[in-house]
Amino acid sequence: MENGAGEAKDPSGFLSEIIGAPVTVKLNSGVVYKGELQSVDGYMNIALEQTKEYVDGKLRRNYGDAFVRGNNVMYISADT
Amino acid sequence: MADVEDSGASAANEPLDLVRLCLDETVFVKLRGDRELKGRLHGYDSHCNLVLGDVEETVYVVEEDEDEPSSEAVRTVKKHSEMLFVRGDSVVLISPQPAS
Repeated sequence: MENGAGEAKDPSGFLSEIIGAPVTVKLNSGVVYKGELQSVDGYMNIALEQTKEYVDGKLRRNYGDAFVRGNNVMYISADT
Repeated sequence: MADVEDSGASAANEPLDLVRLCLDETVFVKLRGDRELKGRLHGYDSHCNLVLGDVEETVYVVEEDEDEPSSEAVRTVKKHSEMLFVRGDSVVLISPQPAS
């Protein structure tokens, strides 16, 4: 792997690395969730903490904890 | 560290554990097709098939006025069920709900 940091990263390696970090999750429906990533599994099911739900860019709802079923996920992005 | 991400030092913590903690509690479930459920979680499996009791279903219906296409009114329809089986593939989100 010709990786600057010398760390080979596969997708699940990336995901386990950002556990505990604030993330943005976009679903295929366009709905966006922002929260702290609690856990991910092989189906890309996701558990989030202190989640905010955005529909059309507008804050819709808050969840203390939220489980998102993996098949709905378009992407997971680590907020910096 | 190889490519395994399961049970190292920490107890197996996976997303479905969150659902397990909701058993016999009131949960909020978001479904495909602008539907929401609120009810007591009696059971679930790895497909997110759910069994809910004392359920209130809310359906969001967008009504377009044909004379004025810009004015979209969202109407909510509520239904109540004693017991409901939900097929997992329509589940989008599950969240514990403070009992209200």
